[in-house]
Amino acid sequence: MQREAAKPVGGSFLEEVISESGVDIRGCYQCRKCSAGCPVVSAMDMIPNRVIRRIQYGKREEVLRCGSIWVCASCHTCSVRCPNDIDFAHVMDALRHMALRSGIGVGEQIPVFHKAFLDSIKGTGRVHELSLIMRFKLKTRDFMKDAGLGWQMFRRGKIKLLPQGFSGGKEVKAIFDAYERGATR
Amino acid sequence: MREVTYYPGCSLHGTAREYDESFRGVSKLLDVSLHELEGWTCCGSTSAHCSDEALAVALPVRNLRIAERHDREMVVPCVACYSRFKAAEAGAKAHPEYLSSPYEAKVLVRYALDFFCDAAMIEALKAKIVKPLTGLKVACYYGCLAVRPPELTGVKQYENPVHMDRLMELLGAEAVPWSYKTDCCGASLVMTRTDIVVNLSQRILSMAMEAGADCIVTGCTMCHANLDTRQAGLRAEGGRNAIPVLYFTEAMGLAMGHRETGKWLGRHVTDPVKVLADKGLL
Repeated sequence: MQREAAKPVGGSFLEEVISESGVDIRGCYQCRKCSAGCPVVSAMDMIPNRVIRRIQYGKREEVLRCGSIWVCASCHTCSVRCPNDIDFAHVMDALRHMALRSGIGVGEQIPVFHKAFLDSIKGTGRVHELSLIMRFKLKTRDFMKDAGLGWQMFRRGKIKLLPQGFSGGKEVKAIFDAYERGATR
Repeated sequence: MREVTYYPGCSLHGTAREYDESFRGVSKLLDVSLHELEGWTCCGSTSAHCSDEALAVALPVRNLRIAERHDREMVVPCVACYSRFKAAEAGAKAHPEYLSSPYEAKVLVRYALDFFCDAAMIEALKAKIVKPLTGLKVACYYGCLAVRPPELTGVKQYENPVHMDRLMELLGAEAVPWSYKTDCCGASLVMTRTDIVVNLSQRILSMAMEAGADCIVTGCTMCHANLDTRQAGLRAEGGRNAIPVLYFTEAMGLAMGHRETGKWLGRHVTDPVKVLADKGLL
């Protein structure tokens, strides 16, 4: 991992990504090993080595708008196999953070799910799965998807109807206040 | 009696209920006393680290600070939570500005599989095996986060790990060699891109059947949910079109003759009872 080695300098999109992720992607020589081992590459609109190339070309909007950054499952296969030790999985995290902050719209439902997940933690400290699913379905309006599977799991005692109480509400609230203010950066 | 702090995480109180029950069950038989972390909250999971780096550090650290009040190691069965704790330790060190006050990472956080694979627990386990899993062929499925990133997990053989294989062999099972041990199942994409998860999971399931396994064994709540529930339409392999998926703690409970093993296994969507009964193990 090269996170410590990166030297952030202002200006280009490349420099912005290096600074945000702490990963120096300038060493990429396009061997495509990241894309060859990526399990979700067939669902990507821009394959991993091309994401790096587009960053180097300064294509900010194109990269932050692409579906690939959300389809990435954070499996870290690319990072462990990179011959230049580029932690690309971490770069993908940084690109997602930048995309969310920049307000660039994406066609994927994935960030909508993440928002529902975080709202769930903010509300009750823990994620109550049934509430999360309902929260997400209210946003996507796809109520019947996996309904049969949900019933099977309910019958087997895997779905709790009510969330649990918890302590630590104030601390969790403070963490989310800081997140929403963007105060930590 | 070994005293440890137990962080269950959200899934173990819901869809991974049998992982919680079997983890508690085998811990008790192995003389491990579990103290559930008081006032624990969510680790933030995928959604936090996909949204904001500071949030992804602050949420796990809130739990680690509570764990520090006790002089005990903290055992985490959910490997997704474990991974977030290890990442948060590193993140807190590299970016103290993410936190309201400094955090020194004094508590030892351990993944349940690693915990049961350490020398002392292996010795304890050897003495407790009453029903060896003789004749059962298992495909050990580690998934991503039990091994990657190796800087955080400390697993040296991250392309072909063998520690779960050794544990299953100790229980009397035969761990089959196969090449999908650490391939990704798609994890939390199941809610949003079910198509990707079905595709990845069914490839893993097919390969386990092709390798001749009677069942898959895993220690990840997301892998288990995806592999256990996404078998509809699975390509038939050698006359089979389904393969049960067990938590490694359930396999341990089975070999140790835990009387509640049947109850845990009854919670699975893909029924493991028939396969195990045919082998005379249940």
